[in-house]
Amino acid sequence: MTALLRSRYAVGIGFLVAAVLLFAVAPALLTTFRLGLLGKYLCYAMVAVGIGLAWGRGGMLTLGQGVFFGIGAYLMAMHLKLADAGPGGVPDFMALISSDGVPGWWEPFRSGAVTIVAILVLPTLLATLLGLATFRRRVRGAYFAILSQALAAAFAILLIGNPTATGGSTGLNNFKGFFGFSLRDPANRQMLYFIAAGVLLLMVFVAWRLMVSRFGELLVACRDAEERVRFLGYDPATIKTVAFAVAGMMAGIGGALFVPIVGIISPNDVGVVPSIGLLIGVAIGGRTTLAGPVLGAIAVAWAETTLSEQFPSGWTYAQGLLFMLVVAFLPGGLASLVSWRRRRSDTADPTAGADPEPAPAEVLAPAEGRTT
Amino acid sequence: MSSQRARRSLLTAAFLSLGLALTACGSRVDDAGGGAAAESCVDTSGDSVKIGFLNSRSGTMAISENTVYDSLKMAADQINASGGVLGKQLSVVAEDGASEPTIFAEKATKLIQSDCVAAVFGGWTSSSRKAMLPVFESNDALLFYPVQYEGLESSKNIFYTGATTNQQIVPALDYLKEQGVTSLFLVGSDYVFPQTANKIIKAYAAANGIEIKGEEYAPLGHTDFSTIVAKVRDAGAGAVFNTLNGDSNVAFFKEYRNLGLTPQTMPVLSVSIAEEEVGGIGVDNIVGQPVAWNYYQTIDSPENKKFVEEFKTTYGATKVTSDPMEAAYTSLFLWKGMVEKANSFAVPDVQAAAGGVSFDAPEGKVTVNGDNHHIAKTALIGKIGPDGLIYTEWSSGAPIEPDPYLKTYPWAGSLSG
Repeated sequence: MTALLRSRYAVGIGFLVAAVLLFAVAPALLTTFRLGLLGKYLCYAMVAVGIGLAWGRGGMLTLGQGVFFGIGAYLMAMHLKLADAGPGGVPDFMALISSDGVPGWWEPFRSGAVTIVAILVLPTLLATLLGLATFRRRVRGAYFAILSQALAAAFAILLIGNPTATGGSTGLNNFKGFFGFSLRDPANRQMLYFIAAGVLLLMVFVAWRLMVSRFGELLVACRDAEERVRFLGYDPATIKTVAFAVAGMMAGIGGALFVPIVGIISPNDVGVVPSIGLLIGVAIGGRTTLAGPVLGAIAVAWAETTLSEQFPSGWTYAQGLLFMLVVAFLPGGLASLVSWRRRRSDTADPTAGADPEPAPAEVLAPAEGRTT
Repeated sequence: MSSQRARRSLLTAAFLSLGLALTACGSRVDDAGGGAAAESCVDTSGDSVKIGFLNSRSGTMAISENTVYDSLKMAADQINASGGVLGKQLSVVAEDGASEPTIFAEKATKLIQSDCVAAVFGGWTSSSRKAMLPVFESNDALLFYPVQYEGLESSKNIFYTGATTNQQIVPALDYLKEQGVTSLFLVGSDYVFPQTANKIIKAYAAANGIEIKGEEYAPLGHTDFSTIVAKVRDAGAGAVFNTLNGDSNVAFFKEYRNLGLTPQTMPVLSVSIAEEEVGGIGVDNIVGQPVAWNYYQTIDSPENKKFVEEFKTTYGATKVTSDPMEAAYTSLFLWKGMVEKANSFAVPDVQAAAGGVSFDAPEGKVTVNGDNHHIAKTALIGKIGPDGLIYTEWSSGAPIEPDPYLKTYPWAGSLSG
């Protein structure tokens, strides 16, 4: 697999195919509605790239990416609401249940520039602080998973509990414009899709560079034998924090683009259930690979839409079943099918034994609750 | 070397395409006529016309919204059996809102843009309605929303066939005042309907000399009410105004009875408990408590007898009928009336024809208000009987004109501003 990642040729072809599919084939074949849905899946895929890095490469089972996704999304939504309300205006939903006007902490986000900086910085900063606080104390495995999940639950409750400031369980919606562009115009909606596609490709590129870098090697080493990395003189906490911060940033950007594309953000989109839903996509696709998380997240989101159209209420069961099957029989995700075949055909190659990455099944063996 | 060049050209290509995408943008927010809604794709050329049902068939609201779906389905079958609308059979496209606002918005878009339905019927929570509202407005499509709600809204793309506040909450307050209640305790779920309802109740109380002894909110789905009920008991109010929704009511009324509070000592007037919910709460826990709606299964009219009978024949003799189900059933017939009056399925024609369309509904005669798209309904305060059904105790006598912004109530002056 690492050999595959190192082959710039193969990755380059992959990028080219993805770019053609996203920029030419999809807009030509899909209706405005379906293209909008694909845009939504791409936002989930951005979170998945981060999860692939943090969980697949770094072994940090994060059940709370919804928090970073949500921060990015709510920041963007707040700006769009304020921009719609005009200079000094009060967003429509606030006037309904309170007459106190705009809360002070909303005010900075009237500025588009401040909002964009905040979207990039706040989720990253929170992930960094969280990473430092936990990884320095050597909180790992199931404990980290529980902590991140609790954070997602708390975040959703906080949003629901403050309806005047966050729209409560309805969330924020009814956006008219996006940085001056009307969101009702199909041309602008297509532009948003292109932005999402471009950003996703950029993120996958960054993830690829990180994976094949010295940092990427250290990250995998931390995942598989953290103590040994420490004895070698590296600080695993710093390495893991960086990966977690990058994952948080990607989730935040995904959330920020989700808002204008989907047109609504509510606590249902950022709590525990969607956080786990994203993780399932990554697990199914193959969390240790470059393309696996992206394809898995898109496939799961697509399946959810399609199946729920055909069999209302059947999707939840299908999703659970799929997850159990993958964990039980295909712990490396669907991508491991590809690498397994490759490994078999590579056995004659003497360099194959030098592959430093253990087979996905072995990765799961030194379990620290990673598979839960 | 060559791989480095490949990487560089890849990056350049990525940024170029991003740049291209950015320049290919459409109209600005302030463009005149910019962002016009897409042309309607409703196909009325054949002998059938599509309509959409959008209810939560999964998630926490499924238990309630499935009943609305059932009665919508029954209405569609009845209309089809009697010749359809303008001679066209109704072909129903059903979607699951999954109790999530985001899914409601997505499925509404799908029904309008992909399935090209002539109108959509459904939604229950205010969250789902607020999530769908911009979808219907930006696509210039029609939603028929069948549940009582908190008012302060009036979209030309939504017809509200449940009660607005002046047809349910305000009459309920009038009733309590008539009963000599001078102080209230407010208990509600923590979301937009209870919060807005309580804002209205407080304005009413301030103008009518009613003291508010306390106001407590519990998250949706919350089931531990020992603290809140103890506070209610200690506050010693004349009555409790309950805007809790869903499972929370079960826990609340059990705890209420546990602490020895009764409808005689301190009645709990509920606005979200109908026949369907009484069984779940347990008749023993709630018997004798007042509720406020516009329809009960026990209403004695030929229209209602027929409705109840057909519902039981279709779905089973143990089924009960409730206000939201009746409002949903009515909504389909009102749409039929509007389309036939307009002699067209087109949204602008239906909107123009809507005013004055009426229907002899199970609850009595209802009439559409063409200005605010709500309907005139009779308010009924009922008491829960030992058989789990609700019996009318007090009636407004005649249909009350809908006033979603409470403009005709002087005490409500500060609310809509």
